[in-house]
Amino acid sequence: MDKKYLERHISNSFDTEIKTIISQILEMGNIVEQQIQDSVTAIVSTNKALAEKVIEVENDVDMREVRLDEICTEVLACRQPAAFDLRMILSATRIIRDLEHIGDEAQKVAKMALRLKKKGAAPGGYNEIEHMGALVQGMLHSALHAFTQLDVTQALAVAKSDKKVDREFKSAMRTIVTHMIDDPKSIKRAMNILSALRSLERMGNHNRNIAEHIIYLVKGLDVRHSSIKEMESKLGN
Amino acid sequence: MKTKTNENDPQIAQDVSTLQTVGNVFSDNAKMSMRNVNVFYDDKQAIHDVSLDIGKNEVVAMIGPSGCGKSTFLRCMNRMNDTIDSCRIEGDFRLEKDDIYHPKQDVVALRARVGIVFQKPNPFPKSIYDNVAYGPKVHGLASSKTDLDEIVEVSLRKAGLWAEVKDRLTAPGTGLSGGQQQRLCIARTIAVGPEVILMDEPCSALDPIATAKIEELMAELSQNFTIAIVTHSMQQAARVSQRTAYFHMGKLIEVNDTKRVFTNPEHELTEAYITGRFG
Repeated sequence: MDKKYLERHISNSFDTEIKTIISQILEMGNIVEQQIQDSVTAIVSTNKALAEKVIEVENDVDMREVRLDEICTEVLACRQPAAFDLRMILSATRIIRDLEHIGDEAQKVAKMALRLKKKGAAPGGYNEIEHMGALVQGMLHSALHAFTQLDVTQALAVAKSDKKVDREFKSAMRTIVTHMIDDPKSIKRAMNILSALRSLERMGNHNRNIAEHIIYLVKGLDVRHSSIKEMESKLGN
Repeated sequence: MKTKTNENDPQIAQDVSTLQTVGNVFSDNAKMSMRNVNVFYDDKQAIHDVSLDIGKNEVVAMIGPSGCGKSTFLRCMNRMNDTIDSCRIEGDFRLEKDDIYHPKQDVVALRARVGIVFQKPNPFPKSIYDNVAYGPKVHGLASSKTDLDEIVEVSLRKAGLWAEVKDRLTAPGTGLSGGQQQRLCIARTIAVGPEVILMDEPCSALDPIATAKIEELMAELSQNFTIAIVTHSMQQAARVSQRTAYFHMGKLIEVNDTKRVFTNPEHELTEAYITGRFG
């Protein structure tokens, strides 16, 4: 599917509406990507101001979700889209929901950063958070690029990356549990790190969802609840 | 203001005569089968090698831009084009096993088996009762007045009109509203016991409420009849049909399950048409 296809409606205003939705999703995606980075930096470097910024930005992300939902509803009601256009609107509503959920998770990480700032550093797990944060942020960046380019190959690569995030999460959990056993007094603080890691793992899941929505958008194939192998098979890879 | 033209659109410019129909033109339980149909008006070819089955009790929608041949094809299915001198039809048309273009085929009898409802309601300048009773009388389907009364009542009930007209059956059919007139025409078609009902843009002259009533009626009628409908409303095609056939410049481009056509069509020309990327 050529991305120029997006702009070939007889109705120029329909083209404009679709372009508006895409550009606003990208704006929202960029804000959420920054939220991931800031929340990870806030927890790793115990930066209170940055954590508060992440929490504050979450309102903006919520408002963007509502506004984009409104635009999509208007397009559904007024244009009664079919085929690619219908899939675009459906995918858009699903993508913005996942972006909003990622924002929520980033906010949770920021709240953990504030708690740790108050209660003192955890015994470990910071490297793991930094590593998982970079992975998850990279996934979202690639997913947004795949969305603008209608690139199924890149979307599939994003979905595959979620496995890596899951592996990192399991490994980090083992490390944190070891710290808890070694130093039972640090359990409360270590739990905050675990919560942050859990949030990052969920962000990975939402990124995978976004990748699945892009595959549906471009190919019309519903690959939700499919393994990577099943996805590849459906895509003929 | 910027306007778009189709002249340089590569999708439009291509020679459609070489295109193969995608999807599935066949039905396991075909009521009507058309094969290798070509239709000409003088030298101009309006239909290019179209094959299509209409399954028993199936609703098939035919869509496409103006002049694509969908109405021409529909009208060939009960020989409505016979009266056009310049029209020449090639190919095989079967109503079950019967060749409907066989020289010995009685066209009046054929049209009783394959009825048609037109774009504009066209009741006879007669009473509501006589509009419905006319066909059964001509075809000798009623042996008594009681029989005829029953046919009229059953037909009007099936057309969803009985409750609205039962107390004024002697009033002129032309005095009804547009939507009621169209349902009267459907009752008139049903009255002669057809097997197939062809509908040529049956709702294009009706308001949304009358349209909804006709669409609801189609869903009920499909339990007993086979229906082929030509429509310019893609939403209507999506709502009422099980399969959709997309015509383009006289060629049948795609036939697929309606759900598939409107969510993920197989052919790029179908996609372009239903998403409004050319007119």
